Amino acid sequence: MATDSAPLKEPADATPATGTAAVEPLVRFDKVVKRYGDHVVLDELDFTVRRGEHVTLIGPSGSGKTTILRLLMTLEKVSDGVIWVDGSPLSHVRTADGSLKPAGEKQLRESRKKIGMVFQQFNLFPNMKVLQNITEAPVNVLGMAREEAEARAVDLLDLVGLSGKVDAHPSQLSGGQQQRVAIARALAMRPEILLLDEVTSALDPELVAGVLDLLGDIARSTDITMLCVTHEMNFARDVSKKVLMFDAGRVVESGSPEKIFSDPEHERTREFLNAVL
Amino acid sequence: MNAFDWDAVGEALPLLLEGFRVTLLATVLGTLVAAVLGLAIAVAGRAPSRLVTVPVKAVMEFIRSTPLLVQLVGAAALFTSVEPLTIGIVVLGVHYATYTSEVYRAGIDGVPKGQWEACRALSLSPRRTWQAVILPQAVRNVLPALGNYAISMFKETPFLAVITVQEMVFEARKYGADHFAYTEAFTLAGLVFLVASYPTSLLMRKLEKRLGH
Repeated sequence: MATDSAPLKEPADATPATGTAAVEPLVRFDKVVKRYGDHVVLDELDFTVRRGEHVTLIGPSGSGKTTILRLLMTLEKVSDGVIWVDGSPLSHVRTADGSLKPAGEKQLRESRKKIGMVFQQFNLFPNMKVLQNITEAPVNVLGMAREEAEARAVDLLDLVGLSGKVDAHPSQLSGGQQQRVAIARALAMRPEILLLDEVTSALDPELVAGVLDLLGDIARSTDITMLCVTHEMNFARDVSKKVLMFDAGRVVESGSPEKIFSDPEHERTREFLNAVL
Repeated sequence: MNAFDWDAVGEALPLLLEGFRVTLLATVLGTLVAAVLGLAIAVAGRAPSRLVTVPVKAVMEFIRSTPLLVQLVGAAALFTSVEPLTIGIVVLGVHYATYTSEVYRAGIDGVPKGQWEACRALSLSPRRTWQAVILPQAVRNVLPALGNYAISMFKETPFLAVITVQEMVFEARKYGADHFAYTEAFTLAGLVFLVASYPTSLLMRKLEKRLGH
């Protein structure tokens, strides 16, 4: 019995022993280039995000921060380079000879399932009630039973503080409430990575704090990996573990929020922080 | 001799109303064809492959560049074994589909880019994206415009008389010829058109307001 199972068991034991899974970051940009015509937005960008990390991307407008999120969500295609997520190429497939070629729409749809995104303009579906906004993808993409999806949606609405709005239409909600629904909608897909693209920029000032608090709670209470583009330096300071300062399509500086905000090394970072704080 | 013959009006009315039933039937079914086919053309027009979009565009250009009357006569000559009313409904529907497809196209273009991106971010399939998100919003935006095309089609149904469909104007002409009372018969037909289409366009305007256009 023992001798029979030994050969089967060995590879199973060997997998964690190699240790690559633990070292390999969840997200790795490998010389990623994004061009629009002649305009280079990202220039051979390299950076990594570890599993469970909460990273804030800061930098002046046009520095390519939002483009990074859009590439990760596969809303845009890389011009060159490869994005790796969990050890697999995000928007490429391996050919027979081992080289990588751009993935088709079907494969992209598979890749996207691990990643969720919350948009600046919420982008809720106005033709659906709040509940259906949240259950649409779990039911139709993950194949979840409707009752289960609805029960989870109710829990998520509770989490974002909107338990009374199950039957409301998005147009009946304030911007802050809409953004909370959008966060619940993204979480309903149980993404490994949550992308937050200036999620408070379109909100009235008095609604910003509530949404940021909610995101802080989510960051603390889940192991979800978060990439956040924001102009809210408080959020960067309080929620994220790592801040990346971008300028002209490159990472100028990265480090803990304490380090970046109190003792930035790079002149460009100092200028930027002086301008926004 | 020139006096308006009120007796003729009373006599013609039942005949005309008989024809009006055919007019209405052609309009309703023709609108249905135009609404469904127009939508299909609009969606096909956004297909990623030129193998789809180029032929669709060519056929549309052909239909839009030739008069409805010619298309009716042509179709009737080609399909001699098909009922004239069926030909009329299909030709009306196809002709108008080339216009309603433009309406749908505008409606689809009017759905914000963020809606498509949200669908992608949620990994919705293309089918589900169209069915659950894009089309419901697009169609809602274009309902008033589609209604106006339905009214316009209603007023073009007299062309069907040319291929011997016995709609209202066909009946009016027949009555006029039999009794030499063209003025009465055609005036009456005109009035029936007015009575039917004016409230409908009022209704469309109300709908437009309710949808916030």
